[in-house]
Amino acid sequence: MNAPATNPKDSDPSRSSYYVNDAFYRELIGNFTGWQDDARAVADAAVRDEFRRLLEREARLLDQLRYDDWLAMYAAECIYWVPSTPQAGDPRREIAVMFDDRRRLEDRVYRLRTGFAWSQAPASRTVRLVSNVEVFASASDAARMLRSNFLISEFWGNETRVLTGWAGHRVVRAGAGWKIQAKQVNLIDCDQCIRNPSIIL
Amino acid sequence: MTAFEKVAPPQGRLDVTALYDWDYLVQEDRAHRLIYTDPAIFEVEMTRVFGGTWTYLAHESEIPNANDFITRRLGLRPLIVVRDTANKIRALYNRCTHRGTTLCRWDKGNAKSFQCPYHGWNFLNTGKLRGVPWPDGYAEDMRDPKYNLAQVPRVESYRGFIFGTLNLDALPLAEHLGPIAQIIDEWLDRNPGGKVVVCEANRFRFKGNWKLAYDNSCDGYHVAYSHRSLLETENRFAGANAKGMAYYRNSPDTQPMYMRYTGHGNHFKDKRPNLEKRPGGLWALESAHPGMEHYEAEFLRRYGERAFALLDLAGSEPVNINVFPNFSLLGNHIQVFEPLSVGETNAIWYGTMVVDDGTLGEAAVTDINALRMRTQEGFPNFGEVDDIANFEQIQCGLMAVEDEWVYMHRGLGVPGRIQRHDDGTITAPATDEAFMREHFKEWKRLMKSPHNLAIAREP
Repeated sequence: MNAPATNPKDSDPSRSSYYVNDAFYRELIGNFTGWQDDARAVADAAVRDEFRRLLEREARLLDQLRYDDWLAMYAAECIYWVPSTPQAGDPRREIAVMFDDRRRLEDRVYRLRTGFAWSQAPASRTVRLVSNVEVFASASDAARMLRSNFLISEFWGNETRVLTGWAGHRVVRAGAGWKIQAKQVNLIDCDQCIRNPSIIL
Repeated sequence: MTAFEKVAPPQGRLDVTALYDWDYLVQEDRAHRLIYTDPAIFEVEMTRVFGGTWTYLAHESEIPNANDFITRRLGLRPLIVVRDTANKIRALYNRCTHRGTTLCRWDKGNAKSFQCPYHGWNFLNTGKLRGVPWPDGYAEDMRDPKYNLAQVPRVESYRGFIFGTLNLDALPLAEHLGPIAQIIDEWLDRNPGGKVVVCEANRFRFKGNWKLAYDNSCDGYHVAYSHRSLLETENRFAGANAKGMAYYRNSPDTQPMYMRYTGHGNHFKDKRPNLEKRPGGLWALESAHPGMEHYEAEFLRRYGERAFALLDLAGSEPVNINVFPNFSLLGNHIQVFEPLSVGETNAIWYGTMVVDDGTLGEAAVTDINALRMRTQEGFPNFGEVDDIANFEQIQCGLMAVEDEWVYMHRGLGVPGRIQRHDDGTITAPATDEAFMREHFKEWKRLMKSPHNLAIAREP
């Protein structure tokens, strides 16, 4: 529909957001539609284990508030998306619980570190369980789609509560390993009122 | 002709107004902790405030077609807000007239009738009882209107915003809104065709009294402190070009922004005078949002100088318009407070998008909305979370029984600070608590009166 706008080749996605454009949204929606297809499921135990370790490491880094290491798991041009409806509508016309590009993700971390983020002062303590990891092939060999279930136990405000749902990760090859290009976090109660949704999921 | 049934307290119940001396609990400069913590006071509020005055229920864009419905609450009453088969908007009690079961358990949908899942009583979306299983088991005629669903007797819209009240003597909605209607008009009319459409929400729950949210709605005093993490974050690259709400950081009372009380508990905080009055003046203040550099460049390429007016449509309108007790327009959001109990409240930030009025074209509208979704997610994520953490901590603090008062006297008695206008409205600097003193006068007026409350049923 739109010709791409000037996208300075040297633009730093931590400082300016050129990549979140209409083509990007359409591709994102396409990548997260109809991907959980048995015909594309990867059965190889070694491959599944590789990605299971990636997801377990992500959960551990977030539990330990190691945000720089966590951010380094993401591609430079990435998306962290928590839809506000179970069917995850078009983010161009539906408010999301969270829809962060690289810069906003770094904003999120920056805010938590200001010392004045009262919703996280003191910070929640979390323990994340990641399970039911499935790997799906993508149209491109340079990408995979991962589905996992999560259960986050969060201690905050003198109470422990549970946040749960499933996540879809799109990972892309980066050198010998993989980077997370997009993470869609589907809370089972994403369309309901949530108390203090201020941790990174 | 709709039948009205007067609402009266259950017989044998002592007059709830004898509960407290309301003038003692709410004084000119301070309010007693009990109004935030006492379940008995909350119970009175659920009829005299949420029932006694106009309460926001829904936006017409949420039920655009005949037979659309959405489930909401008026106070604690579960409602089905419907656009019935004849396109009339109604607020039906979501309560079977047989045993009290909720009829509809879905958040939204489209239905001509609602059948009770318990014994199968079936109601049209006008509220009329359509039939019951095996009616010959009843000695009487089940067409008696008393078996039709209860409904909110007065449901009125102001430019798409649907409000309801049980109070037969309440002023018509537009008169009740009074001077704030003009500010609502301005909020709407900056959008193409003067319209917005609700598009999902950022939804919060907090363990605190609902009034803590309304007390915050016009508060310019808390911003620099409660939102310090937001102000620091949105300005981390800003240099000399302060972004977002940075105008709150240094002596906000010297800024041209102001608050105005307009009556009936309604008030607004107007930060628009802080902006440069030019196309793009609003956009210039926006902090970082996903896609903003792309869309700005793209709009300039496509539309030239017109781009700035379009970018302003994705900018957050700097005004907080608050209609007592549960409704705010702020930025581009419709914020709604839903009391759940004396110590628990939902605060829902409905997002809005613009629609093409024929002047912009579909491509421009798609892109404006793509940007407008992202600007709207900023404050709930990085600002509201800290406010509600503070509301919860107020509720904790107010558990200290002997320390009884909360103060709202900022600006009171300071010569020349507050202006009272001929039309009864009141203007004060942005950090003044005049808005709170005034909405508590309305709260007290509502709490003192039993009102002429009724429910309606189809004949």
